[in-house]
Amino acid sequence: MSDLQVTPNTHADDAAYLAALRSGDDTAYELLVRQHGARLIAVARRLLQNDEDARDAVQDAFLSAFKSLHQFDGQCSLSTWLHRISVNSALMKLRSRKRRPEQNIDDLLPQFVADGHAAEPATAWDQTADSLAEQRELRKVVRENIERLPELYRTVLLLRDIEELSTDETARLLGVTLTAVNTRLHRARQALRTRLDAHFRGHEPC
Amino acid sequence: MLTCREVIEFLMNYAEGNVTPEERVRFEEHLAVCPACVNYLNTYRTTVRLGQQAFKPLPTDADESSVPEDLVRAILDARRK
Ligand SMILES: [Zn+2]
Repeated sequence: MSDLQVTPNTHADDAAYLAALRSGDDTAYELLVRQHGARLIAVARRLLQNDEDARDAVQDAFLSAFKSLHQFDGQCSLSTWLHRISVNSALMKLRSRKRRPEQNIDDLLPQFVADGHAAEPATAWDQTADSLAEQRELRKVVRENIERLPELYRTVLLLRDIEELSTDETARLLGVTLTAVNTRLHRARQALRTRLDAHFRGHEPC
Repeated sequence: MLTCREVIEFLMNYAEGNVTPEERVRFEEHLAVCPACVNYLNTYRTTVRLGQQAFKPLPTDADESSVPEDLVRAILDARRK
């Protein structure tokens, strides 16, 4: 039986809790999964867009975290550490999957005429969403449009803007240069802007 | 004067403050006379903000903090193997 006193206030970064984990305490492990699992599934689901794959990725992440607990150095919180491991696990799963057919990003980037002016000058948005129902609807539209971005760009947008990883961390996890991360992030935001522009102006993008 | 194409291409650097004071001046000279680029900048910023908000749980939403029980078991069982 476990010596660990698990209360709703047990904090995952307590030294005693970490010691229990490192000693292989079953209750401590279970608590880790229950405290962080739901959030990590949400992270994996955003990247993988599939419940089954998200569950697999989270299971892999926990098992890999259990194995490397002795390497956890407390530089960041356990929560942040698990988040990074889960993102990595989801990215590995993503790489192993076959890519869906997707739209060319160029179709969603702004076009310019020879003198450097925009082919279609941008106009302001009226994007007031006052009621809760309107806010919900808008959030759904935004999520759906992020999901439809080509994978290369969607992944960077999710890691940088949604998961709030740094450019360095994103580049390291994806194995690409800082410049590539910045270029993809800018294009992903531009492509999403094009789609939202069509939404707010009530027509489909080209 | 920067062209609209140049402003839009380097907009992320400007929007995130990753420009030198000289570059900032050149951006702002353009924005002062180009409503289309001002609109683009504003809608670009709105896009980033809406993206960030779209995945944050609403305060009124039910707490989705429980993990499917079978997944908890699967993870803990796999650990003992
Ligand atoms: Zn302009």
